[in-house]
Amino acid sequence: MVTLKDYGEYKTAWCPGCGNFPLLRAIKLALVKKGLEPHQVLFVSGIGQAAKAPHYLNANVFNGLHGRSLPVATGAKLANPNLVVIAESGDGCIYGEGGNHFLGAIRRNIDITVIVHDNQVYGLTKGQASPTSEEGFVTKAQPDGVFEIPFNPIAIAVAMHAGFVARGFVGMEDHLVDLIVRAIDHPGLSLIDVLQPCVSFNRINTFKWYRDRCKPLPSSYDPYDWEKAMKVAQQWGDEIPVGIIYKNDRPPYEQRFAPLKKGPLVGQKVDLSKLRKIIETYA
Amino acid sequence: MSKPIHILIGGEAGQGLQTIGFIFSKALVRSGYSVHVHQTYESRVRGGHNTFSIRVGTQKILAPEERIDLLIALNEESLAIHREELSPIGFMIGNSDWNRKEKNWIGVPFKNFGEEIYWNTAAMAVAAGLLGLDQQRLGKVMREVLGEEKAAANLRVLEAISPWLEAQPFKMDPLLPVTNPSPRLLMNGHEALALGAISSGLKFCAFYPMSPSTSIAQTLIDWAKEMDLIVLQAEDEISAINMAIGASYAGAPSMVPTSGGGFALMVEAVSLSAISETPVVIVIAQRPGPATGLATRTEQGELGFVLHAGHGEFPRAIFAPGTIEDCFYLTRKAFELSEKYQGPIFILTDHYIADSYRDLDPIPVETLSFVQPGTDPNQIEPPYLRYRITESGVSPRLLPGLSQHLVVADSHEHTEDGHMTENLKIRPKMVDKRLRKAQGIGSEVIPPTFLGNEDSEILFVCWGSTQGSVQEATLELSSEGKGASMLHFSQVWPMVPEQFLPYLKRAQKVICVESNATGQLAQLIRRETGFLIDHKILRYDGLPITPQYILRNLD
Repeated sequence: MVTLKDYGEYKTAWCPGCGNFPLLRAIKLALVKKGLEPHQVLFVSGIGQAAKAPHYLNANVFNGLHGRSLPVATGAKLANPNLVVIAESGDGCIYGEGGNHFLGAIRRNIDITVIVHDNQVYGLTKGQASPTSEEGFVTKAQPDGVFEIPFNPIAIAVAMHAGFVARGFVGMEDHLVDLIVRAIDHPGLSLIDVLQPCVSFNRINTFKWYRDRCKPLPSSYDPYDWEKAMKVAQQWGDEIPVGIIYKNDRPPYEQRFAPLKKGPLVGQKVDLSKLRKIIETYA
Repeated sequence: MSKPIHILIGGEAGQGLQTIGFIFSKALVRSGYSVHVHQTYESRVRGGHNTFSIRVGTQKILAPEERIDLLIALNEESLAIHREELSPIGFMIGNSDWNRKEKNWIGVPFKNFGEEIYWNTAAMAVAAGLLGLDQQRLGKVMREVLGEEKAAANLRVLEAISPWLEAQPFKMDPLLPVTNPSPRLLMNGHEALALGAISSGLKFCAFYPMSPSTSIAQTLIDWAKEMDLIVLQAEDEISAINMAIGASYAGAPSMVPTSGGGFALMVEAVSLSAISETPVVIVIAQRPGPATGLATRTEQGELGFVLHAGHGEFPRAIFAPGTIEDCFYLTRKAFELSEKYQGPIFILTDHYIADSYRDLDPIPVETLSFVQPGTDPNQIEPPYLRYRITESGVSPRLLPGLSQHLVVADSHEHTEDGHMTENLKIRPKMVDKRLRKAQGIGSEVIPPTFLGNEDSEILFVCWGSTQGSVQEATLELSSEGKGASMLHFSQVWPMVPEQFLPYLKRAQKVICVESNATGQLAQLIRRETGFLIDHKILRYDGLPITPQYILRNLD
């Protein structure tokens, strides 16, 4: 029986009250609920305060470069599809520096779970605007306010027919744990954009700000309805829908590769007699 | 021994010169000849001026040649461009409609032999007839390469040419026949490299298309199903190398092929491979830069770049194959080192060697070993520490998910267990651990090849793909009685001065021969040994160095 204890407790480098804490807890709860043992799980992260999260639990970890968690996660999943692969990083890492990889990963639909800590600001580099910061959001680096309109990850993912698109809020623990469990269960790419406060650098989008706005989708909501999902994906402001906004049954990327039908790449030997025959064709 | 013959096929992109060039080369190798192919083309799909050069002979052909003995012109422009390069015994083959009057002109009434798409075959058939190449053998290769259906019409052209050619007055000295030819392979540099990688255990390759590196990925794709490989086109080069690192971390031997510009995008991840101690083989197929430069021409301009690429300090090895055999075997060495020392290992090829087809001995594949990643988890005493500090600097590498042990890899400075740290007492220990791997890598360096007399007047120093041309120039000078020798580096980093400095000191005159404008190997040798090579023969017009280029540029 896997328990919360198996995933450990660590000292962190986060500010007291950071939205990362409840998200870390929700992830551990979800893994326990799934009955997964730490060695069955691989966390891949980038750089930022959020990307440190995998260091604070027991699991396999590849903490790579800023923006590059999705390619590393993709490579690892293809080498060993038996691993439960979770890419976890912040909004700047996944949507900004890694923007092209975000699009590429959605198109591929590889079976990984992407958990994005979205606090609409850069924490580690001390308070600059992030891709999801609101237009007009004032920071030290954007003293006249952000000129750009925010990146809408949900709308982009739905528009591109991502396999599983969800939004969560760290203030709704049970709801969030359930989303993470379902995301892991979904065969294909699952995105969970998780709203969370940055207590040090975002004084606008506070815990209260999110709590007042986040509303779970009604139980009658059909996430397979793409057109409806496109509309829901645009909702932001006084009411922010949370839950599974869109999903489909596209086959996961790794199923397309013939060699993986024989098992993971890791451990596969080289068939030298086949290679000899191939080399003979060059004669 | 007869002198090699140089056949140049010239024409536009889309006229099928590569197809007939390849078929012709394969038939020559099947007939027991040695061939050396050199291709030039423009960065376009149709039009322009392209060439497919075949040098053929009974002895091993080492290098390209500038003088042409048989010019096969698929368009009139090719005659204009290459006429002056004809040797005194040379012939020109082309369309009789061009109404040329030269004594060495062979006008073929192409339209009598079929539609325009068959004129390349007609021209090849004339060349084959003149050289006395067995027509059946040529036909067999044609069927294999084109498939029975496509070959049928071409074979009719082939047959129709013979009676026409017999009625013509021109005769060329045919190639001396080779009796009982032993089976040989025909391969270009990137095919050999890709097959070498497969033989080493490659299981994963991610790439973004870029000339001239794409042919490596393409060769892997061609055999991916049979050999159980995953080869995929990523959204960009940054993704490609990060995917390769992810796959390698999880246990799939991985490689990324790219060219200078693509590698520039990969550089951050080179550092990642180093600090996370994840094996990855990186091939940089060089072309002239900076930036886009000349997309389909050749250069050796990235030695300095690759030597220094990546922020931070860490060990690496760089290979530079000089022959097709090297492309196969050095790639194997790169995979072995990458797994053994857990970091980035580089191979520098270039456009010239990438698609230079040459004959080589059969490869005894079944006796080869391949990389099996990771350490046996049963040998690990808990707690498992991914970055355990060891004397060799190499830590046991477990693969995630294959045992209860947790494998934590990190791009930050980290403690032995893989978790990020700001403990500044640990930092130097980890730096030293990683750098200690340089001793192991340094103990396995392939010494440069020395050829010739140690007391020779001239010592040529070269690296990578220029080997054949330098070797031929060396032999040419030696046959003229002038002492010449060659020192060729097929591994350009690390440098072990004891392996080569005595040769440099002993030579009367040392000349560095490189396909770049600044003499990058000469600079590196000076940095590492203090030895100044002040004579250089450099070429950077996008064409490969030829033996003639070297001899012309001797003071």
